[in-house]
Amino acid sequence: MRFLLTDEQREFARTLDGMLGASGTPAVVRAWAAGEQKPGRELWARVAAADVFALAVPERHRGVGPLPVELALSFVELGRHAVPGPLVETVAAAAFLERLGEEAGAGVWLPRIAAGDAVVSLCAGAPYALDADAADAVLVVQGDTVRRTDTHGPVQPSLDPARRLARPLGGTVVARGPAVTAAAAHAVEVARLATAAQSLGLGRALLAATVSHAERRTQFQVPIGSFQAVKHRLADTLIGLEFAQPLVYAAALALAAGAPSAGREVAAAKVAAGEAGYAAARTALQLHGALGYTEELDLSLWIRKARPLRDAWGTPADCRARVLAG
Amino acid sequence: MDLEVSAADQEFRTEARDWLVRHVPAEPLPSLETAEGFAAHREWEHRLSADRWSVVSWPEEYGGRGASLLQWLLFEEEYYAAGAPGRVGQNGINLLAPTLFEHGTAAQRARILGPMARGEVIWAQAWSEPEAGSDLASLRSTAVRTDGGWLLNGQKTWSSRAAFADRAFGLFRSHPDTARPHQGLSYLMFPLDAPGVTVRPLGRLDGKPAFAELFLDDVFVPDADVLGEPGQGWRVAMSTAGNERGLTLRSPGRFTAAAERLAALWREAPGAADPALAARVADALIGARAYQLFTYANASRLAAGGSIGAESSLNKVFWSELDIALHETALDLLGPYGMLADDADEAPAHGSWAEGYTFSLAGPVYAGTNEIQRDIVAERLLGLPKGRR
Ligand SMILES: Cc1cc2nc3c(=O)[nH]c(=O)nc-3n(C[C@H](O)[C@H](O)[C@H](O)COP(=O)(O)OP(=O)(O)OC[C@H]3O[C@@H](n4cnc5c(N)ncnc54)[C@H](O)[C@@H]3O)c2cc1C
Repeated sequence: MRFLLTDEQREFARTLDGMLGASGTPAVVRAWAAGEQKPGRELWARVAAADVFALAVPERHRGVGPLPVELALSFVELGRHAVPGPLVETVAAAAFLERLGEEAGAGVWLPRIAAGDAVVSLCAGAPYALDADAADAVLVVQGDTVRRTDTHGPVQPSLDPARRLARPLGGTVVARGPAVTAAAAHAVEVARLATAAQSLGLGRALLAATVSHAERRTQFQVPIGSFQAVKHRLADTLIGLEFAQPLVYAAALALAAGAPSAGREVAAAKVAAGEAGYAAARTALQLHGALGYTEELDLSLWIRKARPLRDAWGTPADCRARVLAG
Repeated sequence: MDLEVSAADQEFRTEARDWLVRHVPAEPLPSLETAEGFAAHREWEHRLSADRWSVVSWPEEYGGRGASLLQWLLFEEEYYAAGAPGRVGQNGINLLAPTLFEHGTAAQRARILGPMARGEVIWAQAWSEPEAGSDLASLRSTAVRTDGGWLLNGQKTWSSRAAFADRAFGLFRSHPDTARPHQGLSYLMFPLDAPGVTVRPLGRLDGKPAFAELFLDDVFVPDADVLGEPGQGWRVAMSTAGNERGLTLRSPGRFTAAAERLAALWREAPGAADPALAARVADALIGARAYQLFTYANASRLAAGGSIGAESSLNKVFWSELDIALHETALDLLGPYGMLADDADEAPAHGSWAEGYTFSLAGPVYAGTNEIQRDIVAERLLGLPKGRR
């Protein structure tokens, strides 16, 4: 057993972090929220060039995966930088198409996904598809049927303006039968893992921003970070994230191995990381005071993501039930 | 990155499991916090050591198996999963022994470790004093130089299991004229039946009598029982506190086993239909798994040459809160039976939830309170400014 990231994995994450850090993501998020997709698509291409989508696509479809551990690492970084768009949905769609195979058009879509040419949203068990307006296709799973569409209802304003939600409409049935159900179950696990990783990265960024604020902001002639009530809340935030992290990696390993425990491990990771990311957002808001409640501050972009990520692809209640089901 | 147990480690685990299946007492032993239970647990330590299972991570020359940290973790998982008795020798094994390995002389190791491993000498920790808990360095008990050794005077308190233990290790002010309270302390070991030692049992919250306060009146300690350099006691005491203790004080096996027992209780209990309780059971399973994985990561880091310092404070806060949550959930699942003590005639068949619950409540207090641990996390891991303490 060596439950540690390899040097290559660490280096990969560092490189991605550097690239995203230099990409001015706050401006991209604001544009995306306003329905302007150009900066988002440009960033998408860079994410693809870093092989993130290829990690979800097997080699025979011009990917490099599936590599769930590296995928989780990538999503930690995407979360850390609050990258907008149906990132989770696209990799989940890749996992879904890969399982279904040619019938569903895997040979056409997977190379495009890997290359960053196709933004695909997947909608399974939820009323709204994420970023249907920006997607090249939306796959809608209902029961044992999947249809593909590029039409949708009006975009509904959401808690996180950068999460653009719309009902998918119409479309053509691409596949039907138990294979669809099985592929969708697998895709949900991939989506849960990626969402958990995103929450973790988001929480890490929120904690880092809040710690540096607590060092700089002075009240009563001392930095607020020297007050115990502030320190202890930050310490608890770190503890939440630190103990969620190994659950995320273990879930990725279980998925990679196709272990029977994968569903449970992924659900556990989703609960812990979702709650830790959300707690980090609450702490960030509180300790920034009214600044934390100010939309103009970039921090707001991170804060508003935390709750939807906690609840997307399986609410904590759903995931806890999955843990108990064994 | 992987979580695979190697063939050799698996073999080690299987050997432990087989041994435990054959030797764990069918009936739980009486509480080790009572005189009768203490004796029974001492006997159990002896049985463990006879087959070299009492200190698996120690070198073979001292009765161990030279097991790696990971093997030790696997052993502990098996140990608790098998429902084996609590470890009455834990203060010596987890706190004093690592200090001896780091700071002791060869003669001290040769003399002390064997009897400790066999349960012949059970150790108590004599650090806290009535006026010195969190602010341990403010301690006042003294060690004064005398011919061939030191004379101890003062009072120690809240010493776990000291009512029935054989010897104690503690910190004493040996060089009073120092600039800072952390300086001029010495780390000494003494017999609890030495002339001048009075042991007064203190009932714990659960009424068990093994807790004690110690009064020391000109107790003689020979130079051979000073651990490390005289005057350097603080460094000696703290050097082992972060590294190994962060992992060994409470191994994950305890919590993974308890969480499994809780899940089993939930499946049978009438309260199982309550979704809020179910969520808490799930959280206990998730928390125990998180702690286990976090520890595997730390063990991997140590095996790769890394070290653990202030990170052990993360562990402390996490396991102590997990322990309480686990036990509170069990009591809630038990409903009206949750208030029965374990020795009540009609106590739930699963047993030990009541004692476990009461003990869990002490977790955030001992081994450095959680407030102090959060300060350490905030200052040393997050880099926040020191405040008034
Ligand atoms: C079950 C149990 C077993 C124990 N076993 C042993 C043993 O074997 N040997 C031994 O030597 N001791 C033992 N202790 C004692 C233990 O180490 C002390 O209780 C502990 O160090 C806290 O000290 P205190 O009780 O004096 O509390 P205090 O230090 O008086 O603290 C009281 C409260 O004030 C808070 N507080 C204090 N200072 C600060 C600060 N700077 N910032 C914020 N909050 C603060 C504490 O966190 C706590 O909540 C045991 C205690 C228990 C409960």
